Amino acid sequence: MRPSPVPAPQPAMFLSMTVALTVNGMRHELRLDPRTTLLDCLREQLALTGTKKGCDHGQCGACTVHLDGRRVNACLVLAATLDGRDVTTVEGLARDGGLHPVQAAFLEQDAYQCGYCTAGQIMSAAALLAEPCGESDAELKEAMSGNICRCGAYRNILAAVRQARRGAA
Amino acid sequence: MQMFQLRRAEDVAQAVSAAAYAEDRQGAPARFLAGGTTLVDLMKLDVERPAMVIDINRLPLDRIEATPEGGVRIGAMVRNSDLAQEPSIRERYPVLSQALLSGASAQLRNMATTGGNLLQRTRCVYFRDVAMPCNKRDPGSGCPAIGGHNRNLAVLGTSDACIANNPSDMNVALMALGATLDIQGPDGVRTVGIDDFFVLPGDTPQRETVLEEGELITHVTLPPLSAGTRSHYLKLRDRASYEFALASAAVVVTMGHGSIKTARFAMGGIGARPWRSPPAEVVLAGGAPSAAVFDAAARELLREARPQSQNAFKIELARRCLVHALAAVTAAD
Repeated sequence: MRPSPVPAPQPAMFLSMTVALTVNGMRHELRLDPRTTLLDCLREQLALTGTKKGCDHGQCGACTVHLDGRRVNACLVLAATLDGRDVTTVEGLARDGGLHPVQAAFLEQDAYQCGYCTAGQIMSAAALLAEPCGESDAELKEAMSGNICRCGAYRNILAAVRQARRGAA
Repeated sequence: MQMFQLRRAEDVAQAVSAAAYAEDRQGAPARFLAGGTTLVDLMKLDVERPAMVIDINRLPLDRIEATPEGGVRIGAMVRNSDLAQEPSIRERYPVLSQALLSGASAQLRNMATTGGNLLQRTRCVYFRDVAMPCNKRDPGSGCPAIGGHNRNLAVLGTSDACIANNPSDMNVALMALGATLDIQGPDGVRTVGIDDFFVLPGDTPQRETVLEEGELITHVTLPPLSAGTRSHYLKLRDRASYEFALASAAVVVTMGHGSIKTARFAMGGIGARPWRSPPAEVVLAGGAPSAAVFDAAARELLREARPQSQNAFKIELARRCLVHALAAVTAAD
């Protein structure tokens, strides 16, 4: 298969899909081009720009969100497949006006530098609270390895994850 | 990404008939969408350009059940993370749990499915780049990996047309365990042993498995293991986590009276498909475990290995990988 030189105009409306999606507790009825990823849907249609686009190929973890409570890469999920599903983004993590314990731990441990990967790191660490995982640094690093930090703030990220897990235990 | 029609299938029959309909009407490929970790990635790169995508995430194929024979039947939509953590898998088939947990990241394992992982595509950089020739993607266009960037690629089962390797960890464990696959097509169900599922590239590297267009993998069955079976997965790679194997070994042995009664193993990272070597397994069977026997088996495994310009190191790495995995699995408790 060879790439077409210039993408032809596509009959997007003809093939578009209707989806009812709950995001951070709010139900949205959306009409979507089937090519729309969950990541682009959140950012471009729902104006929830906390979820970041890094590699857009499932390699960096910047787009990590919770789908029915489990962490996934939003860049590799087609939004039109999510009818009836429940999504939580970093904007929906805080409850009752207070920070989520993982958010508080990232603040206290200064677990970021530029901040671009931080939403994904926090969503990953928050999901990890409910996953089977040992408490050693090696196990926590393994569990967080799907989130790349190009500033190299890993030492403080690890400290924040440890702190949040101690609080949740 | 090229435009496509998205269909939502509610059951297996609907999914298979939608694929058959796409074939009949458009002569263009239909693709089943499970976790999307390979397919959506490759669609963004224009490597995959299906006219129809059939969403199979609602299919009732998400159960892990004991079989009457004492094995385990795994639905094709069971996510890699769930399969890895299933108590029956952790206890009786640890090689599979270990292989799954060594692959990808926690996010990807929450998405990726059992059926999808069987169809994971190679990470060869030329396959993933539509600006480059690739016989697998564009038959007859050539293979720039030969003499090019081939450090990660295969040393066993390659051809003059393709030297890509199969990147999966799960498949290596399934190969060592002798899994069977249930495949649903428009004309019924067939069962294929995993040894017969993956095909060598030869002159047709675009064809990677015996799956026909429009067929759907519905279940993977693990055979019962005799009491006292031990298994282990060892993966060697450039990073400690979240990296594909340079070489990996899935080993399954039964021991008796201090010697190896039976041995079955498969290697990852080094083959055009997950790689089994029955002659090397014969070397192991019946003998007392020793470094010399492990080494003899590894040398038999690698006898016909054919290095490329950048990956000769993989032959020695694979030898050490198998020897260490065998030493670990046969060590006295």
